[in-house]
Amino acid sequence: MKATPDTLTVSVWRGAESGGSFESFEVPNFESQTILDIVAWIQQNSDPTLTYRYACRVGMCGSCAMMVNGVPRWTCRTHVQKVVQDNRVEIAPLRNLPVIKDLATDMDPFFDKWIAAEGLHHPTKSRHDPIEQINPESAARVEAASGIECINCSVCYAACDTVANNPDYLGPAALQRAWTVYNDSKDAGRQQVLDAVSGVGGCHNCHSQGSCAVHCPNDLNPMKAIAGLKRATATSFFRKGSRT
Amino acid sequence: MMDIRLYMLQRISALIMAPLTLGHIAVMIYAIQGGLSADEILGRTQGSVFWFLFYGSFVAAVSIHAAIGLRVIVSEWLGLRGMVLTVFGWAVFLVLLAMGAQAVLAVTQT
Repeated sequence: MKATPDTLTVSVWRGAESGGSFESFEVPNFESQTILDIVAWIQQNSDPTLTYRYACRVGMCGSCAMMVNGVPRWTCRTHVQKVVQDNRVEIAPLRNLPVIKDLATDMDPFFDKWIAAEGLHHPTKSRHDPIEQINPESAARVEAASGIECINCSVCYAACDTVANNPDYLGPAALQRAWTVYNDSKDAGRQQVLDAVSGVGGCHNCHSQGSCAVHCPNDLNPMKAIAGLKRATATSFFRKGSRT
Repeated sequence: MMDIRLYMLQRISALIMAPLTLGHIAVMIYAIQGGLSADEILGRTQGSVFWFLFYGSFVAAVSIHAAIGLRVIVSEWLGLRGMVLTVFGWAVFLVLLAMGAQAVLAVTQT
């Protein structure tokens, strides 16, 4: 079927980790719709077996990221008009992650690396202690706050060429989380974080290409966070050396 | 594949190379004034402890810096891992060090 101005031709990747191919669908070309809208339209009207993942539809949950015309994007906040080329759109599962089926990727490696980077809270107090007052203007808090809006969508992980070429690399999201935790005065695991990001897959593998910062849908800058970790680990390296 | 140890080695070797490169370029510009001859160069370098240390440390820093850099490139582009990668890194280091040391000795020995 040839595309007319009333319809869009949408190529959707179908298959699993073992292999697959693009399948073409004709979708109504409404004036205002998102990439997630057209994926849902295909699943509801053309092929109910199409598998994809989403939850909130408002750019908060980080579930619906996919490759759109070869670029990682949050599909619920990506308007078709913004990315359509010659009345065509190509939609594929996120890069750098195993595919479960069709557009749904296995996010386990992504979240496992958050834990491996110590991107988790190490408490300084118990629930019986009074709540610590935090000065939002302090330099460390400003650094921590700069990465706090990450929604774990894995767009930066899919955009990163270093992740593509080095499966051990923890990736921009996990390292940005580690930098946030490192700068949190309520966190007791600063040295744990530095040790976790100094191993073979750590922050020192980053080539500062900046794809993470370019593609982050929330305009965060993981590359800057990774540069901060490189500085902090280098300082810690010399301090350790002077103690021995 | 790039841990803190290799990262620091590569950065520190770069810090050593930077002033030596500038010194090398400055001497090149100075040396070619009024023509260039092997005798003139060897007259400056042969028997000189200073030039032996200058180019000796240059060669050591280059060997370390380049070996780590090439190790990263072959790992990311060719997928080399584990023992093969370790052997590759050491081999590049030793070859560069041997070639560089040979050149330094050739111009500083009397």
